[in-house]
Amino acid sequence: MATVELKDVRKTYGGRVEAVKGVSIDIPDGAMCVLVGPSGCGKSTLLRMIAGLEEITSGTVSIGGEVVNTRGPAERDIAMVFQNYALYPHMKVYDNMAYGLRNRGMAKDEIDRRVREAAATLGLAELLERRPRELSGGQRQRVAMGRAIVRSPKAFLFDEPLSNLDAKLRGQMRIEIKNLQRALGVTSVYVTHDQVEAMTLADTLVVMNGGIAEQIDTPMAIYEKPASIFVAGFIGSPAMNLLAAHGAEQGKGLTLASGGAIKPRDLAAPEAGRQVLLGVRPEHLTLVSDSKNADIEMKVTAVETLGADTLAHGRPVAGDARGGELIARLPGSVRISEDDVLPLAIDAGAAHLFDAGTGKRI
Amino acid sequence: MADTTAPQSTAAVLGRREEGAMLGISRTSRYIAHAILILGVIVVAFPIYYTFVASTHSLQTILRPPLPLLPGDRFFDNYYQALFGGVGRIGGVSVDLLLFNTTVMALGIAVGKIIISVLSAFAIVFFRFPGRMFFFWVIFITLMLPVEVRILPTYKVMVDLGLIDTYTGLILPLMASATATLLFRQFFLTIPGELVEAARVDGAGPWRFFKDILLPLSKTNIAALFVIMFIYGWTQYLWPLLVTNRNDMNTIVIALRKMISFADADTQWHLVMVTSILAILPPIMVVLFMQRWFVKGLVETEK
Amino acid sequence: MSPRVTFPNKILPYALLLPQLVIVGIFFYWPASQALYQSVLREDPFGLRSTFVGLANFRRVLNDPNYLNAVQNTAVFSVAVAFLAMAVALLLAVMADKIIKGKGFYRTMLIWPYAVAPAIAGMVWLFMFNPTMGTFAFMLRSSGYAWDPLLKGDQAMLLVIVAAAWKQISYNFLFFVAGLQAIPKTLIEAAAIDGAGETKRFWTIVFPLLAPITFFLLVINTTYAFFDTFGIIHAVTGGGPGKATETLVYKVYHDGFVNLILGDSAAQSVILMVIVIALTAIQFRYVEKKVHYG
Repeated sequence: MATVELKDVRKTYGGRVEAVKGVSIDIPDGAMCVLVGPSGCGKSTLLRMIAGLEEITSGTVSIGGEVVNTRGPAERDIAMVFQNYALYPHMKVYDNMAYGLRNRGMAKDEIDRRVREAAATLGLAELLERRPRELSGGQRQRVAMGRAIVRSPKAFLFDEPLSNLDAKLRGQMRIEIKNLQRALGVTSVYVTHDQVEAMTLADTLVVMNGGIAEQIDTPMAIYEKPASIFVAGFIGSPAMNLLAAHGAEQGKGLTLASGGAIKPRDLAAPEAGRQVLLGVRPEHLTLVSDSKNADIEMKVTAVETLGADTLAHGRPVAGDARGGELIARLPGSVRISEDDVLPLAIDAGAAHLFDAGTGKRI
Repeated sequence: MADTTAPQSTAAVLGRREEGAMLGISRTSRYIAHAILILGVIVVAFPIYYTFVASTHSLQTILRPPLPLLPGDRFFDNYYQALFGGVGRIGGVSVDLLLFNTTVMALGIAVGKIIISVLSAFAIVFFRFPGRMFFFWVIFITLMLPVEVRILPTYKVMVDLGLIDTYTGLILPLMASATATLLFRQFFLTIPGELVEAARVDGAGPWRFFKDILLPLSKTNIAALFVIMFIYGWTQYLWPLLVTNRNDMNTIVIALRKMISFADADTQWHLVMVTSILAILPPIMVVLFMQRWFVKGLVETEK
Repeated sequence: MSPRVTFPNKILPYALLLPQLVIVGIFFYWPASQALYQSVLREDPFGLRSTFVGLANFRRVLNDPNYLNAVQNTAVFSVAVAFLAMAVALLLAVMADKIIKGKGFYRTMLIWPYAVAPAIAGMVWLFMFNPTMGTFAFMLRSSGYAWDPLLKGDQAMLLVIVAAAWKQISYNFLFFVAGLQAIPKTLIEAAAIDGAGETKRFWTIVFPLLAPITFFLLVINTTYAFFDTFGIIHAVTGGGPGKATETLVYKVYHDGFVNLILGDSAAQSVILMVIVIALTAIQFRYVEKKVHYG
């Protein structure tokens, strides 16, 4: 058990390409930290620097209070679960799990005890004599987990471990990983590009973009108070609507580009004339009876009926939205069709304000 | 994706038999295909069969053509004489010594080549070091020049080093080629990086990785290469012709050549035929028994 | 693609490369440079002194009618061997692709000449066609054909061509079978639906798609005919009768080891090297293109 601390960690390739531009994260003992972001955001590079598989250009990585920058991956006492599992194809499940322990010169009975214990925990007891190619995707995934837990390392590192599984299995394994990590209480760093995985697994969520950490907080805090339009757009599905607006005359809140005035209750009104983006999640747009009560009107271009909900895609009749598109999540009972013009009200209490220039939260 | 074994080769599916039935290939045309294949087998196999037939007849029968199409009754006599009675033949060297020489040469080339190539491919693929590409090219260029084009200077080197009539002289120069290195390099490049990382996290250094993971994974490739190189070594002609002067250092192919004289009549043809059969039997056995790896290795090496 | 994962050691890779580099250095680079060096020298008849003669050796070699004869022989021999070995192999491979049962059997029966040393292949064919006691020679003569490859140059050439091509059929067969397997069955099916019959499908779909393999084999077979067949020629005809089957490699050997004209032999080696390098370069351009055929 140990804390994992990153201080201003940077990675530069060939002196020019900056993959990671100074990231600092403190992960408390036993916590699950999830790094999420689009591909190329530097999350995997960061993980591999923690693992010791990439050199650290500058900054420090500490595990259990010790700086490990110069140590090889085997000396950092970490275990890693890879995207493609990286099981040794010619070794039996048992040997796959035992290999790391043997390399460390552990006694045979201790190895055997640990492997069997881990196999029992993961439901692999029957499969110990099989080879990886005789296993299903989910079983391989479990073996990869088993290889990590037999080591009782200071930290687990997960590199998109579920991305090769089908949707159903992914959901199942997500819960298993969560429970296992809780039960073992091992500090973990988990990289994914899937925001559902990120939200459900994380104690600490790090949203990364272009080599920097855009926001570090609990999943709910990030969902409720995204620090930037990038985070707002990335976390939550469908993505948050962003409406062009500007600060109205003093005290009057803001004016949408479509002309409507609105006063978000909990938000400080921006100074008059300041260009902002008003962020509204699809579920915070509600259908109202007529255009008089509406904050905004939307012309429907596509309808997705999901059963419980209906997603209405469309364009604002007036004004501008980021990407030119609006999405409203309406109750499943609502019947709408293409080309309808929907009068929508914005739940001002749940709206977010971002500076149009910097993209930062106001 | 997660299956990190060697990628399936086109050759691996050579044995597949389910397709083809549907495409309007008529029964007649399939019969014709069989007929042509049988004819092909006859053309391809007949010379070897006929050699065998000749090896079971007496010299007198052989010298009075045409030779019968079926084996004769001298099988035991001829083979016994060739194997154990070899007085005065090929300068007094027995067939088993010739077979032994050839085996040493073929094994030496096969094993030696595999060892030096697997090591150099390991270095080139799994390490980054100054001069890496330079060394790769130094090895790669040797692919272009078979021993046949530089025989005389290579021969002089052998003389200078005192390697004439030695096993070392037979083996080492033929190990100096890039084919095997390239094959291993190609295969190593298909090994997922994650496997290397997993091994590093598991505390395996380069040697452990090499021994515990890389070698076991290369088993099929090593087997394939072994067959190809064994046959390459066994069938060598020009090189053993040059570096062996003493009869007791000859390979069987060279000795066989020395047995034949078309000009005068005292060639012991029945024994020549027995020796031919003994000379081609070992490599044919290797090819047939290791067919699966051999085919895979052959089709993949030469790409 | 992330960059290749590697180990951080600095010294070890050099140690791993060392054995191969030593062998390649001693038995490849040293002799190859010697060949280059000697190709511009001329030794006196007693081998005591050698003088620098520039390109004179090359000039003499290229003006030597015997050399030009060898060039011509090599050309005829290579083209014939490559064509014969490939045509037979392609025919057999296409037939093997058609049938459903017995593929494994035919393959097994067809691959063993690969294991036969070229020299032995030559001797076996000579045994069958040897004018004094060869069964087939006997049959040819009985039917009134004047067959004697030991005296007639063109017949000798024919014999070594057949022996060399015979040995190469197995190899080509395996590649053509693999090439045919690699052609997506859906393409053939599409052509069948488009109304193309078996023969038409072969010439319009299959054969063009085999082009990369065919080309590759052409290069390989040419290289084979150039170099690996030395054993056949040495064992069967010894370049004769009257230099009718003397190829380039045979001449390098003959001039160097029998006639002991080192300068000429070296110059011929260098010319051969240039030819091989050209062949290899062509082959690699092909390999790069071939990627598209996956």
